[in-house]
Order: sequence, then C-alpha cells, then structure tokens
Amino acid sequence: MLSSIAKPFAALALAAALISIVLAALGASPVGVFAALGEGAFGSWYACVDTIVKSTPLVFTGLAVSLAFSGALWNIGADGQLTVGAIAAGAIGPHLGNFPHAIAVAIILAAGVLGGAVWGGVAGWLRARRDVNEVISTIMLNFVAVQALSWVVHGPLMEPSHAYPTSSPIARAAQLEFYFAPSRINLGMILAVVLAAACYLLLFRTGAGFELRAMGRNRRAATFFAVRIPALTFWVMALSGALAGLGGAVQISAISHRLYEKLSPGWGFEAIAVALVARLNPLGIIPAAILFGALDNGSQAMQRTQGISPELVQVIQGLVILIILAFDTPAWRGLRENIFGAPHDAAAVPPVAEMPDA
Amino acid sequence: MLEAFLTSAITMATPILLAALGELLVEESGVINIGIEGAMLAGAFVALAIAYFSGSIALGLAGAIAAGVAINAIFAMLVVNLAVNQVVTGTAVSILALGLTGVFYRKLFGVTGKAFMVAPIAKIPLGPLARIPLLGPVLFNHNGLVYFTFILVPALWYVIARTRYGLRLRACGERPEAADALGLGVIAIRWQALIVSGALTGLAGAFLTLAYANTFVENISAGRGFVALSVVIVGRWNSWGLAAASVLFGAAMALQFGLQALGTVVPYQLFLALPYALTLVVLAGFGGQAAAPSALGEPYRRQ
Repeated sequence: MLSSIAKPFAALALAAALISIVLAALGASPVGVFAALGEGAFGSWYACVDTIVKSTPLVFTGLAVSLAFSGALWNIGADGQLTVGAIAAGAIGPHLGNFPHAIAVAIILAAGVLGGAVWGGVAGWLRARRDVNEVISTIMLNFVAVQALSWVVHGPLMEPSHAYPTSSPIARAAQLEFYFAPSRINLGMILAVVLAAACYLLLFRTGAGFELRAMGRNRRAATFFAVRIPALTFWVMALSGALAGLGGAVQISAISHRLYEKLSPGWGFEAIAVALVARLNPLGIIPAAILFGALDNGSQAMQRTQGISPELVQVIQGLVILIILAFDTPAWRGLRENIFGAPHDAAAVPPVAEMPDA
Repeated sequence: MLEAFLTSAITMATPILLAALGELLVEESGVINIGIEGAMLAGAFVALAIAYFSGSIALGLAGAIAAGVAINAIFAMLVVNLAVNQVVTGTAVSILALGLTGVFYRKLFGVTGKAFMVAPIAKIPLGPLARIPLLGPVLFNHNGLVYFTFILVPALWYVIARTRYGLRLRACGERPEAADALGLGVIAIRWQALIVSGALTGLAGAFLTLAYANTFVENISAGRGFVALSVVIVGRWNSWGLAAASVLFGAAMALQFGLQALGTVVPYQLFLALPYALTLVVLAGFGGQAAAPSALGEPYRRQ
C-alpha cells in the first residue's frame, strides 16, 4: 500500500529533477519556473477554480484510460472518443431550446456518452470479433475523429454566417451552469467525482470488475474463470469510450458551448499520464487529474513570467510516464526478488508492464 | 497539372516511406514502436536548427540521424532491456519529443513568429532520365533523400527476405524464445533494428524541414509517424507493399492540397482521413494481424 503511493511521488520527484536539467539547459531557473507554475495554478481563488475546470476533462479521459488499461486493453483513443462525444453534443445542443434545463442537459450529455461509446465500441468490436489490435484501431480512430470534427465545423454544422469554422452555440437550456457563481465550478467536476467513485466500485466491488482485472493480469488464465473475453472486451471499450465521450459533452455543455477545430489539446494522451500516476485506481484519478490540470493552468503564467513555452508540460507528462514505466518493470522486480526474496506486495499496475498474449 | 500532382505525391510519400521502412525492421524484430512521431519530430527540429546555424545541410542531416537514434535509444532501453509496455512507452516518447521540440524551438527561435528558413536540399536531375516526358520530372528530378528512400525498398526487401540476418531478425519477431535458444541475441537484434529505424525516422523528419517546408513549426510531422504505422499494415509487412501504400497515401495528401486550393464540394478532410480509415478497413477485412510477426508487441524476457 505504502509503495503504491510512494512510487508515483518518487516518479514525480525524479521527473522534477530531470525537468530541472532541461530548464538549466534552457537557461531558466528551475525554482522560478516551478514557483511560477504553482502560482499560476493555485495562486488565487480564480486560479484554483481554473485549475479545477482544466482538470475536469482529464478526470473523464483518465477514468476511460484506467478502466481499459485495467483489462490490458490499450485504449490510446480517448482523444478520439472525447472528440466524437463532443461532436454528438455539439450537433444536438443547438436544438434543445424547447426542453427544460434538466432534460436538455441530460440529452446533451447522453449524446456525448453515445458518441464516445460508439467510437470506443468500434475498437472493442474489432478486437473482439476481428482480432484487430486495439492500439492500432484506436490510434486510427483518433485521426478519423479529428478529421470528422474539422469537416463538420467547415461543413454541415458550420455556424449560419459561415464566417468562422465553429458550430452554432448550443441552446441555453443545455448549458451546464456555474451553480457556484461567480466561480466557474460547474456540475461537470461533481459528475466526474461521482463517476470516479462509481468506477472504483465497478472495478473493485463487482464481479465484472474482477473479471476485467483478471483479464488484465492474464487473458488466457481468465478464460478458466469463465470470463467471456470477447463480450467483456467489447463492453469495456464501449464504456471507456462513453466516459471519454461524456468528458467531451461536458466540455461543450459547460465551457466552450460550441464545436471548433482541435477541440482537445490532447486530453486523451495526457490521460495516460494521469492514469499511470493514479496507478489505474479510479479514486486516484481525481488528484492525478488535478495535478496535470494544474500544470496546464500554471503553464500560462510560467510563459508570461519565465519565458518558457507551455509545451514544457508535455515534457513533464512524457517523463512521468517513462519514469513510472521504468519503476514498474518486471525486470526490476525479478532483480529485487533475486536479491531480497519474494515481493511482499504485488505491483498495483501489473498489466502496464506487460503486454498480454494477443 | 498531372505532372505537378504526381511529383507532389512522390514528395509527400518520401518521409512516410522512410519512416515506415524503419518501422518495418522494428516490427519484424517483434517490437511495435508507436513513437515514430517522436523520432520524426526530433529529427525535423534538430536538422533545421543545425542547418540554420551552421549553414550546412550535411551537418543538419547528421544531426537528424543522431536525434532519431537518441529518441529510439530511450525507447529501446525501456522496451528491450526493461521489457516495459511498448504501446505506453511509444506514446510517452511521442509526447516527450513534441514537448522538447516545442520548448527548444521557442527558446532558440523566440516567439517572434518570424520564419526561420533554410535553403532546400538541392535537386539532382538524373541525366537523360530526367528528360523523359512526364516520368522524368515525376520520378527522376528529386533530391538525394528521395532516391535513397526508394532504393531502400528493394534493398530492405532483400535483407529481410533473402539474407541470414533477415532470417534472424524475423526469428526474433516470430519466436523470440526459439531465437534466443539458438543464440541469436534477441536483445542485440532488437536494438539494432531500433537504431537503424531511429536513423531513418530522423532523416524522414529532416526531409520535412530541409526539403519540404524549409522551416520548422511545432508538430510539423502532423501525424505522419502514425501514417507510417498504417503504411506498414496496409503494405502487409512487405517493403514493396510499403512503397505502394506510401505513394497511395502521398497521392491522397497531394490531392487534398489541390482540393483545398480549388474549394470543391468534396471535403478535403476525406483525403486526410483516408490513410487511417483505409488501415481500419484493411485490418477488419484481413481479420486482424495475420501478416504481422507473431510476437509483435510482446516484451521478451529471459526466464
């Protein structure tokens, strides 16, 4: 238990050390940069709220990734699933003006869930029925989704004046309001927290969750527990896509209110860093998402005061993933076992270190 | 019009094919590297930075090779030696390279928005061949990287299909345990494949900055690394197939630019999505990974 919490922190510390070297190479002061990041993310009430807002999509995509990874289904496609969910929400959103607020919000979020579930489900179906590696299919579906978004905002969903490549704004009734005005905290983050708890229960307190984790540990062995691998594969990918798609719909409903090109700055990929820092535990996704949301948010202030471009955040993401992978590798575990005897606890993230049998 | 389109198709196909040929070697050895994009970006950036400050294209190309090899060495260390998940590592390497090139680009070239142009790599018309109507300008009036790339196609086919080394390489991708039992050195062979691939992918990146755009912008590779990944699949792990798929996708990209300029009713996004959609169709149609090496993506650890 201790090591499962200590490891991500050690990984973050090592990443911070490596980042400091990069910063020194850039001629910047590491202390100044980290201070600017913290100041920008948590320096004021508004900064804190903005951090929460920027973290919200990461909770959804982080949950999507952690569920799929728990079953050793390498969903690299949360970005595409989020995008398709957003397209569905953005397409239906302008037509919900005549519905009561609660119904309109329910419809727009359901559209996102459905869109994401279809996109994830396609990859799940291809894996389950056609033996197509979900890594490749989700990567390809990401790019198809990006082009689809580009097409709809230049074509069928373009706003009526045809001046800008965006869709028409969604109806007021379908907008998630800032219930805690004047802050920008909206129902999205609260929904995300509820879903994280639900995912935790699903993964660790239900039979389906057990089957999913069994499949993640060892696909072949799971069949001996009567796990129906194809069906489980399809449903997990659909559910994973639905979570990401819901994140897209929440973004449309609460923040952007319309579709535009390159809606996602890479939330589906950042989600992999989030999920690994959380060690695939849905409850851990929330603090991990807030950490990376804070980096995103703080990077603007860092650019202003330290002259370092916000891409530094991606350097941190990449390094954190690589370091966690290196920490978790069974190669080290074997070495440790040789020196210290059998491990006292199994790694919390077995599947990430091992590609299961195809 | 046709001539310009076909020439552009070959030009667009070159960096994709170059990276895809590297990925073919890597996949034949049993490793899947979805971080091609990262090595390509690193190559593109380093090539431009070195060529811009030194004024030497040759130094730029050498730098691109070094950058691609360095990125793939990080990947190889984790994936081959530490046997960690190849997919997640590849993703992380891409994100890391995207971030590093972005940060260093802003640092070196400022945020002035001024374009940092370099002179393009010189074209080498191939004597009388270049004077053949249509075929000449389309095929025989390119820079050296284009010729190099297309000469690699038969060369790599020969190495993989006809030489002892190719047999060893494929053994590592099909049955690593058996290859290891025969003393083939799975780790060494996978490292070699990744190093060569890093060099080729770095050059592919250099092609983007030194021969195509003549400058660098953030994320200049724009998904070409992933197109290379689909080229390997659509080309059915055969270097001739890879060449055909690259030219097809290159033509789709060239057509897309033409359509965007003409403003036709056909959405240009259709052509941009073509490589990815076609890959899905091919994978679904052929029933998965029948042509792929059996041990593709499985980490190998000695028991």
